[in-house]
Amino acid sequence: MNYLNSIKIALNALKRNKFRAFLTMLGIIIGVASVIVMLAIGQGSKKSIQDQMAGMGTNLIFAFPGGEQKGGVRMGNSDAQSMKLSDVEAIEKDCPAISDVSPEVRSSGQAVVGNQNWPTSIFGVNNKYFNIRKYTIGSGRSFTENEINTYAKVCLVGKTVVTNLFGKINPIGQTVRFGNIPLLIIGILGEKGENGMGQDQDDLIMAPYTTVQKRILAITHIQSIAASAASENLNAAAIDQLTKSLRSSHKLKDKAADDFQVRSQSEMVQTFSSISDIMTALLGAISGISLLVGGIGIMNIMYVSVTERTREIGLRLSVGGRGNDIMMQFLIESILLNVFGGIIGISLGIIATKVMSSILNWPVVITTISVVMAFLVCSAIGIFFGWYPARKAASLNPIDALRYE
Amino acid sequence: MNKSIIQVNQLKKDFYVGEITVHALRGINLEIKQGEFVAIMGTSGSGKSTMLNILGCLDKPTSGSYFLDGISMGELSKNELAGLRNMKLGFVFQSYNLLSRTSALENVELPLFYNPKIKSKERRERAEAALEAVGLSDRMHHMPNQLSGGQQQRVAIARSLVNDPVVILADEATGNLDTRTSFEIMALLQDLNQKGKTIVFVTHEADIAKFMTRQVVFRDGHIIREELVTNRNNAVELLKALPIDETA
Ligand SMILES: Nc1ncnc2c1ncn2[C@@H]1O[C@H](COP(=O)(O)OP(=O)(O)OP(=O)(O)O)[C@@H](O)[C@H]1O
Ligand SMILES: [Mg+2]
Repeated sequence: MNYLNSIKIALNALKRNKFRAFLTMLGIIIGVASVIVMLAIGQGSKKSIQDQMAGMGTNLIFAFPGGEQKGGVRMGNSDAQSMKLSDVEAIEKDCPAISDVSPEVRSSGQAVVGNQNWPTSIFGVNNKYFNIRKYTIGSGRSFTENEINTYAKVCLVGKTVVTNLFGKINPIGQTVRFGNIPLLIIGILGEKGENGMGQDQDDLIMAPYTTVQKRILAITHIQSIAASAASENLNAAAIDQLTKSLRSSHKLKDKAADDFQVRSQSEMVQTFSSISDIMTALLGAISGISLLVGGIGIMNIMYVSVTERTREIGLRLSVGGRGNDIMMQFLIESILLNVFGGIIGISLGIIATKVMSSILNWPVVITTISVVMAFLVCSAIGIFFGWYPARKAASLNPIDALRYE
Repeated sequence: MNKSIIQVNQLKKDFYVGEITVHALRGINLEIKQGEFVAIMGTSGSGKSTMLNILGCLDKPTSGSYFLDGISMGELSKNELAGLRNMKLGFVFQSYNLLSRTSALENVELPLFYNPKIKSKERRERAEAALEAVGLSDRMHHMPNQLSGGQQQRVAIARSLVNDPVVILADEATGNLDTRTSFEIMALLQDLNQKGKTIVFVTHEADIAKFMTRQVVFRDGHIIREELVTNRNNAVELLKALPIDETA
């Protein structure tokens, strides 16, 4: 058998019916293009979520009081006041995998300057917190140890707060009142924009945790602990060490459940990534169905064309074509249709993706894998759906085929 | 003495249609020698086409033996038969059977595509030579629908020649053509026969059979008569005798 000849024969046969070949390919073209587009959207949204999460600090670890609930049953003690500053100090000592750790106390309320007021949150933290949450000091300075120790009435403000309360005036050196406590603004936080969930990360005030504890909330415990692992691959170790440290600080017995929960940013990234993976798979599956329909369309046309071209097959058999030659011709025709259709579909899909990202401003990512996959699937469909009609053509008897009306 | 190209002994062919058995051939003995131009004649349904299809290895006999160019057909597989059709046989059909939207040249090339030993250059050259032999050198790139019936049949004859077969088998090859065009085709076939081609030609028209060297008459699956043609017609001369402006 001569494959080159088979390919030539198949190409000639397709050339004889250019328009039908094109119509046949249309299903595959649309199927492949939609697979490419859908996967690009899915991958794009995954990537943008990951990027935004990374902007929030991938090494971030949170611990907050309250045992885990399993099926509505609280597994550990849930004393909301169980976290103390001493826990933070213990973590600082016990956990080599954790580079920075800060207590966190929060309150919401109105920030007031003169006759302007703005609803926002105040975060009580230490000065490692900026590093942990990837905040920068835009201008001014951070608070000092001394200011923390003396519950100093100082704060840093985010961009949104500045815009809403001061307009164009430089707020450094000015005073803002929060819960009736006047706080001296010593710095402005660098702008961070929205996070992955659309929250404005610049709408906040940061003050020493002691100030928020004593002057605003009048509490002695802390609400949560923020820490960051020394590096991304130390995340698991950091969580482990932090958990152990907290358990020993809280004097929990071996069998007792945690009276706190630990969450890490990388965990959240994973959760969101897997959500968008599911979405990608869903989109892919939907467009995969259209690819399947396209493949069935090709099978249909090939099948009809075997019947329609029975006399042609008879002629080919009579001049010495073997069953195998006929089979190869139809199989190759089907593969060529799919592969050509696939190439056109891939190009169309890439163009559509580019257009969409530039007009609608959607995040899209075209991966080589999705292109290669689409291509392989097309070839496979060509073989799979070409096989049956090709077998039928090859099994024809020369004389029956020639006599076919 | 010329060598035997076709040798058939006690050949039978039955068709089974439901409950009924049709005895299309009931024991045929026939020998055709190299250089002969044999007419197979007979009334409709007498078994002519069935005979030709078996001779052409398109169909298998129910019983009996068939030697083509010294090879026994009985034991050959489907693929071997295809190879034989490709190398040793040429067909001309009543309805031309050309591939549509395919140039005359490519139609003639077709058999050579199924011979892996022939490269594309040789394929092209042989197809051109065959078209030249049937007087269509100036029509090589025309599509079948741009050719007259007679020209299409010439293309089909060129296709049957291109593999240099030991025998050309034609079934009612002039059946769709008018008198003049039929004569032209006969002139072409007589010329090919003159140059040594063995031809078997099925026809039910007595005046067409007169162009050949021998007539074999079938009836009801038997050969009832076999005779050499004595007053053989010459197609070229008859064409000259035809009035030039003959209409339909
Ligand atoms: N595939 C078939 N199935 C059943 N019967 C068949 C088949 N082919 C031929 N026959 C029968 O065999 C007999 C011979 O048919 P064949 O076609 O050989 O006749 P023919 O001499 O060529 O006739 P015509 O001049 O009309 O072409 C007929 O009775 C026909 O009905
Ligand atoms: Mg017949």
